[in-house]
Amino acid sequence: MLQIPCPHCGPRDEVEFSCGGEAHIARPKESDALSDAEWADYLFMRANPKGVLAERWCHTLGCRRWFNVERDTVSHEILRVYPMGEPRGGGSGA
Amino acid sequence: MKRQRQRLDTGARIDRSQRLGFRFNGKSYEGFAGDTLASALLANGVRLVGRSFKFHRPRGIYSAGMEEPNALVQLGKGAASEPNLRATQVELFDGLEAASVNCWPSVKFDVWALNDRVSSMLPAGFYYKTFMWPKSFWHRYEKVIRKGAGLGIAPQAPDHNIYDKRHQHCDVLVVGGGPAGISAALAAGRAGARVILVDEQAELGGALLGNGERIEARSGVDWTLGARAELDDMAEVRVLTRTTAFGYYDQNYVLMVERVNDHLGAPAGTLRQRLWKIRAAQVVLATGAIERPMVFANNDRPGVMLAGAAQTYINRYGAKPGNRAALYVNNDCAYRAALDLVEAGIRVEAVIDVRANPTGEAVAAVRERGIDVLAHHAVGGTLGSKRLRGIEVLALNDKGDGFAGDIRRLRCDLLCLSGGWNPTVHLFSQSGGKLDFDEKQACFVPGEARQAVSAAGAANGVFALQGCLAGGTAAGREAAQKAGFEEPGAPAALPFSPPEADPLNPVWRLPPVSKGEMRFVDLHNDVTVSDIELAAREGYGAVEHLKRYTTTGMGPDQGRTGNMHALAILADIKGVSIPEVGTTTFRPPYAPVPYGVMAGRDVGVLTDPVRMTAIHGWHERSGAVFDDVGHWKRPWYYPRPGENMAAAVRRECVAARDGVALLDASTLGKIDIHGPDAAEFLNRIYTNSWSKLAVGRCRYGLMLGEDGMVMDDGVTTRLGETHYFMTTTTGGAARVMAWMEDWLQCEWPDLKVFLTSVSEQWATLSLSGPNARRLLSELAEGVDLSVQAFPHMSVRDGRVAGIDARIFRVSFTGELGYEVSVATSYGLALWQAFLRVGENYDLTPIGTEALHVLRAEKGYIAVGHDTDGTVTPGDLGMDWIVSTKKDFLGRRSLARADCVRPDRKHFVGLLPEARVPEGAQIVDEPRRRPPMKMIGHVTSCYDSATLGRPIALAMVAGGRERMGETVTIPLTMEGRVVKAEIVSPVFYDAQGERLNV
Repeated sequence: MLQIPCPHCGPRDEVEFSCGGEAHIARPKESDALSDAEWADYLFMRANPKGVLAERWCHTLGCRRWFNVERDTVSHEILRVYPMGEPRGGGSGA
Repeated sequence: MKRQRQRLDTGARIDRSQRLGFRFNGKSYEGFAGDTLASALLANGVRLVGRSFKFHRPRGIYSAGMEEPNALVQLGKGAASEPNLRATQVELFDGLEAASVNCWPSVKFDVWALNDRVSSMLPAGFYYKTFMWPKSFWHRYEKVIRKGAGLGIAPQAPDHNIYDKRHQHCDVLVVGGGPAGISAALAAGRAGARVILVDEQAELGGALLGNGERIEARSGVDWTLGARAELDDMAEVRVLTRTTAFGYYDQNYVLMVERVNDHLGAPAGTLRQRLWKIRAAQVVLATGAIERPMVFANNDRPGVMLAGAAQTYINRYGAKPGNRAALYVNNDCAYRAALDLVEAGIRVEAVIDVRANPTGEAVAAVRERGIDVLAHHAVGGTLGSKRLRGIEVLALNDKGDGFAGDIRRLRCDLLCLSGGWNPTVHLFSQSGGKLDFDEKQACFVPGEARQAVSAAGAANGVFALQGCLAGGTAAGREAAQKAGFEEPGAPAALPFSPPEADPLNPVWRLPPVSKGEMRFVDLHNDVTVSDIELAAREGYGAVEHLKRYTTTGMGPDQGRTGNMHALAILADIKGVSIPEVGTTTFRPPYAPVPYGVMAGRDVGVLTDPVRMTAIHGWHERSGAVFDDVGHWKRPWYYPRPGENMAAAVRRECVAARDGVALLDASTLGKIDIHGPDAAEFLNRIYTNSWSKLAVGRCRYGLMLGEDGMVMDDGVTTRLGETHYFMTTTTGGAARVMAWMEDWLQCEWPDLKVFLTSVSEQWATLSLSGPNARRLLSELAEGVDLSVQAFPHMSVRDGRVAGIDARIFRVSFTGELGYEVSVATSYGLALWQAFLRVGENYDLTPIGTEALHVLRAEKGYIAVGHDTDGTVTPGDLGMDWIVSTKKDFLGRRSLARADCVRPDRKHFVGLLPEARVPEGAQIVDEPRRRPPMKMIGHVTSCYDSATLGRPIALAMVAGGRERMGETVTIPLTMEGRVVKAEIVSPVFYDAQGERLNV
């Protein structure tokens, strides 16, 4: 079980959180201009890297706030926690 | 009761004044406090304790710990007995009862031992190859094969033991309470760190309890007792014995099981075991090492045992595992065991050593005692069957890879093996750490760590006692330091260099002396050298394949004694190095863990939370039958005496259509939405438009996932300029709340909206039926209930029965309806007030089943019942609710090619000849049995009292273009076929006239 440092509540066990999958996937503004394939890419396709992944987590059983986490999918090490809206940085990889 | 004829008179960690009676395989014996079942059996001269997995060969006690492959027992009697416990770990208690597993009718006469006679016909993969033809026959073979294979008997009765769970944080977790672990805990504890030291045994000491070594002129046991006293005096140190750390997870999360009362037989009403969930800043693994055997023909006779185990039985338990012994070794370590055997009065015939010229200190000591050392020799085979009677010894050839010379027979009833040691790296490997191969000691040792963990002592490949003490101290000190604790003035750790010893010579396999004799690698699974050779020949050359094909390393012992040989032999066959072959993956749990302790107290009514409304007690007292909706308990129907479900539901439906019905709708999801951007937010969440909804009015809304599929629905009301009140389905409330929060926080942080879940703050009671207004008017104050003043789909505040209330005029039944919401604490009072006044109206409480019938008659969808996550608004015929003038979640997906196919399944009504089960498939061309082309399925089906016939809702391909056509519902399992006509899903009051009264 991961220990996740919630930016508002401090380190807590993973069971208190829910994972929202890959972060920084913006909802297309002009979706009518997209082909079905491009829309499907937004909907379904994710990077799934072996290495550093930026993902969204929500402290569901705590403050209920969403935030971003950079996590190594191999070692499960949590490299960085940063607020929603802040761009990716710090870590390397995909 | 038999005398303990193999018991030593003095010494050892047993209490001879406490006699404990026990039964094994139906016979009575006696042992002492401090015994394990295994040591007590050995003390009583019991050698045959079990039968092997496949060939049912006689087996004896092989080890003194959790690596035991042979002595598996069923503990206790009857339905709640526990299977597959290692006799070497079962602490003896008075009245213990145990029996061998995997033998029938008895361990001495086992009919399945016939397998042994034909063993040459049962190589690895035999079952895979033989019983796969014809394919359909496997289920017949399986019954017979399963009877012959397998281990103990799974308990049939519920486990009534009490279990507990505990969470704990610490600075330094030390796993293993031998010399290295104790040293680490002392060092970390002295530095002031919060330390937890765990050991799986009944007392600390580890190898010191069994190997008789001394520390600083004290016995190892005395040193341990002194250390224990010091640890107990440290306020921040906790010592847990009888506790096994079995799982090592991310961020130093370690699970451990403490056997609190098993050693007393887990008396009823006491806590049996406790699950510890530890989060440690630093972990020190001092998990010791497990001795490897030597491999040769018929190396599995009862009386063949690991050398360290024999030593432990003598020194720790005062039990002689034999009377006439030989040792077969490849290293110096086991020579000390030889000396202990002699000390205990056991005649040692010879030490057979595969090395050409062993010269170490211990070797010299053995020679001095006049014991024959047969260097450059090997054991080629054994004599005996149910117990060892002798061994066959041969000289090795010059290269040391085969035999030379004649067989020499030695009489003995005990053969002690030592093929070197394997550090117990399981937890280190689980932690993600890499393993290195130590060529000199021919074993895997911890390499680069991935978490905050280090290894010390034998677990780190340092087997000498001084090295364990020094390594443990250093590891404990460093762990404390990393956690922020330092002992002022601690003496510098002494450098340690291992004592000079002849390196071991790993002779992994030798050819059989005579053909066909089995050389066991994995005793537990009866895997032989030939099986591994066969697997390699047949292409199972990868170690994970080898494991699955031969089953080597599987089962309760997980190949702890045999795995290294399996890898080494495979490497040898392939002509590669052992690290190139690699190990199989070490996965948790390290040792079997009872399901009971994982469940803890979360059993029975505590398995899952239960949510109850404010009126639940009344429902119960009134005989309601409950329906589980999410975690909620909702009344399903209220049967009167003598009424079955159908009759009760019919009566409840009639009341709603003809009179007035009362429903506890408190479980509805309720979300308060505040903020200047609330309308814009709703526009994006719902498919329809919310910009023009007037204050005081309600609107039905449909919510889609981004994939365009219907996710939830409900009525939302505008309470003020910037204040909305949303209702969701009972089951969808939490999901919808989380979904909306997600969008607000992550995608639309610019919207000024906040959400509050108020599901539990409001009790909501629904009145429904032609008499609803008349009844409500008797209790309502300050509200004009007239049609003109209070139309359908609007809200008013007022007082009902003297209670502040919010009244919604909405309906899920198609009848005139009011939903009255009051503070939850007033819910029951309002309910009772309705019933009191309702006597004059024959007010009838109704449950969810009647509600479902009533809404189905109206063709109202139940999300999650009629929809399943693959249904669009268009499929439901609800295009009228999908705005074309704005964007909303899921909108773009509705234009995907697949969402506009004309042959999508449509939501339709069915008039079936008879009631059919929900989920029943619909076809055009029925056949006697599948396959048939399925064109849809029934989503809801009820007997409608209003219509006097069964009705159904269904999803049917192109259904809306097929009104009036007849389809077939084949109920193959029930042997009947039902025809149904496709109709509109609105069966009743299509114009909605009954609502607007």
